[in-house]
Amino acid sequence: MQVTLKVMRHDPAKNAKPGWQTYSVEAEPMDRVLDLLHKVKWYQDSSLAFRRSCGHGICGSDAMVINGVNQLACKALVKNLGMLIQVEPLHGLPVEKDLIVNMEGFFAAYRSVKPYLINEEQPPERERLQSPEDRAVFDTSTKCILCAACTTSCPVFWVNGSYIGPAAIVQAHRFIFDSRDKGLRERMQALNASTGLWRCRTAYNCTEACPRGIPVTKAIEEVKRAMIYDRF
Amino acid sequence: MAHEHDVIVVGAGGSGLTSALYAANQGVNVAVVSKLYPTRSHTGAAQGGIGAALGNVEEDHWEWHMFDTIKGGDYLTDQDAAELFCKEVIDAVIELEHMGLPFDRLPSGKIAQRRFGGHTKEFGKAAVHRAAHAADRTGHMILQTLYQQCVKEGITFYNEYHVTDLILEGGVAQGLVAYELASGELHTFKAKAIVVASGGYGRAWKTTSNAYTLTGDMQAILYRKGIPLEDMEFYQFHPTGLFPLGILLTEGARGEGGILRNGSGERFMERYAPTIKDLAPRDMVARAMYMEVREGKGVGPRKDYVLLDLTHLPPETIHNKLPDIAEFAQIYLGVDPTKQPVPVMPTAHYAMGGIPTTVNGEVVTDGNNTVVKGLYAAGEVACVSLHGANRLGTNSLGDLVVFGRRAGVAAAKFAKDAEFYDFTSEVLGPSRERIEKILNAQGGPSVADMRAELQQTMQDRASVFRVESLLQEQTEVLKELFDKYEKVVVQDRGTKYNTELVEAIELGYLLEVSEATVHSCLNRRESRGAHAREDYPERNDKEWLKHTLVYKCPNRAVKFAYKEVVLGKFEPKARTY
Ligand SMILES: Cc1cc2nc3c(=O)[nH]c(=O)nc-3n(C[C@H](O)[C@H](O)[C@H](O)COP(=O)(O)OP(=O)(O)OC[C@H]3O[C@@H](n4cnc5c(N)ncnc54)[C@H](O)[C@@H]3O)c2cc1C
Ligand code: FES
Repeated sequence: MQVTLKVMRHDPAKNAKPGWQTYSVEAEPMDRVLDLLHKVKWYQDSSLAFRRSCGHGICGSDAMVINGVNQLACKALVKNLGMLIQVEPLHGLPVEKDLIVNMEGFFAAYRSVKPYLINEEQPPERERLQSPEDRAVFDTSTKCILCAACTTSCPVFWVNGSYIGPAAIVQAHRFIFDSRDKGLRERMQALNASTGLWRCRTAYNCTEACPRGIPVTKAIEEVKRAMIYDRF
Repeated sequence: MAHEHDVIVVGAGGSGLTSALYAANQGVNVAVVSKLYPTRSHTGAAQGGIGAALGNVEEDHWEWHMFDTIKGGDYLTDQDAAELFCKEVIDAVIELEHMGLPFDRLPSGKIAQRRFGGHTKEFGKAAVHRAAHAADRTGHMILQTLYQQCVKEGITFYNEYHVTDLILEGGVAQGLVAYELASGELHTFKAKAIVVASGGYGRAWKTTSNAYTLTGDMQAILYRKGIPLEDMEFYQFHPTGLFPLGILLTEGARGEGGILRNGSGERFMERYAPTIKDLAPRDMVARAMYMEVREGKGVGPRKDYVLLDLTHLPPETIHNKLPDIAEFAQIYLGVDPTKQPVPVMPTAHYAMGGIPTTVNGEVVTDGNNTVVKGLYAAGEVACVSLHGANRLGTNSLGDLVVFGRRAGVAAAKFAKDAEFYDFTSEVLGPSRERIEKILNAQGGPSVADMRAELQQTMQDRASVFRVESLLQEQTEVLKELFDKYEKVVVQDRGTKYNTELVEAIELGYLLEVSEATVHSCLNRRESRGAHAREDYPERNDKEWLKHTLVYKCPNRAVKFAYKEVVLGKFEPKARTY
């Protein structure tokens, strides 16, 4: 079948303004949007720029806005999208070219929450012990692939790009709720700052956008509670 | 622009990040240059586990692991590498846990372990629980954990910088050239020591579990410079690629009890490997699947695949231990593995061969282990040779951390006593010429068409089964493709994120590694591990118990040399399971 693929294109080097370009692409219902982008790039218009690597939803390269919703192009299937598919770069991050956005700010926010295990005690000779129940508490947050789908779906982030955003808070959650971690206080600085998690207005966009099924809003709420009670 | 660091690591997957951390630990200035953002590296796709004889579930010993690794490698494994690997990987897993890796846990609180192909107790008696795992995203957790540590240590990263050249003068590595994707600018990097950790090259084949970006870049760059590649004929096809896409379903699925069935529902692996059945090593299972299909026992309208059956497992096992692969089957095939068996066929997966190194990651150029000063390699790009003729599942993730660490430490120690070499921006010349040639070409073939031809022909003539006539044909196909590549054209002539140019450069690398692979396949007249020659079906230890070194020569020719296999504890024996 023929699908109409509309892509928001922008080459700042050539053209000051972004604009839609329309392609007609031969597609199968089980094709991924990534396949369509490749068909355009390889056989119609090779200047189209986008990132991708793994092709199956694990590397986080190809989050974009597809039919108005943040998704990974390699996990969005034609059969669920219909005959007209519109693709735009993620909102709220500066566009470098076509579907490629600048990720530096996103990763800076990630780094600000100290996304690593903090525990200065000498570890035992073997592994630290952790019960399956303690391990389960932060399980879903460990699934994050840093694709930025959540952060760039957040209306607060659109208005204020210095807000650290849901992805960084999920990373904080992953450690704060790890029974082996002792770094809540250290992370508080970034989380409590004016750009931190109190900006969250529980819009739930992030939870819907997450391609890994992480209950992002719930994680943010849990971090808020942990900070209020500082029970660690 | 020009940059300078004591140690530069090329690649930010598991091996590169480990090398960087350990080099930095030695107190030298370290930077990582990667064509992808670190967390996009394909280590993140690894699913099933990292094997180490922790003995958390049942008795286990590093000697058993060592035996399995060597037998799995069909006795081409270097036994010194296997011995230190099987000892050190135990500490490496503990260390990952200390870094924060969220392994799954046993009720006792210890790291959980599962069964995996070819891993046994008491030298082959029965399958053993050896693979430490974090659900079916173990590689994701390793990559994230190592990157987190790099953030903590403040390691310098040059992300989306594509290395295009390595400066090698008089047997000494002096630096690198890299193309910055965001600007199209070429940069020079001076280094006292370089660690190459740039991963595999599965994209030489049509059906693969590998990322689009796994194109053998550094293997090809060094091969062009006269460094040999070792054991390139040994390329692993993983049995359970989602049919027909090739996306991987971990062997851990069979480790948890999954069964392969043919068109009549038979558990056919019982006939091929009566003791460990579906958990036989990958080369044997992949061949068995092809045999079933050839004999008309496949499934589907064309009888061209088999089934991975998980329907007898408790749904909780699938949801808790294999959630990602269950989702892959659901999304990409519309199959719910708790209710229906999943169509699978082998998929190009892992390079046992690569840049030859010592156990300290030093790159060597001949059978006498002559070292290139200042040059190290680790991970899938390298060949130490731990995996011999066939890698066991879970031994690559272990390889990344054990040999990544060794290479990082050795590189840092070397750098401490070394000086920077003086070179000018003249070294950019060859990269600039290569890029300009592509940007200025007119009227030639497109990258996409050429790549599709390469991948299809490699699939047809140099995959699970090999035979002289087809391999010979493929060497001719490759010669033609090299000729065509001289004229390859791109439409995008821009400087910013010119991803088409990058694909064109990568295609050149794929041609080189394909050449090395096909010639090595043709050269080895025996069957061993993943290299199955239909015209030479037996293993021949008398003539072929040796590593291949393939060198690039002028006029699309190659030459061969050999390296002895390091034997030891375990004598080569027939390989039955
Ligand atoms: C789907 C899948 C599942 C797997 N599951 C398992 C498992 O369960 N257990 C196991 O042991 N093994 C598994 N493996 C194998 C294992 O994951 C890989 O062999 C391993 O991760 C490779 O790691 P690496 O560090 O060598 O390279 P990669 O992780 O592939 O990283 C390569 C790096 O090199 C960089 N790079 C490449 N070329 C250039 C260039 N020209 N310039 C700059 N940078 C460059 C890339 O940006 C990237 O950062 C699996 C493999 C796959 C594909
Ligand atoms: S390409 Fe890796 S997540 Fe889509």
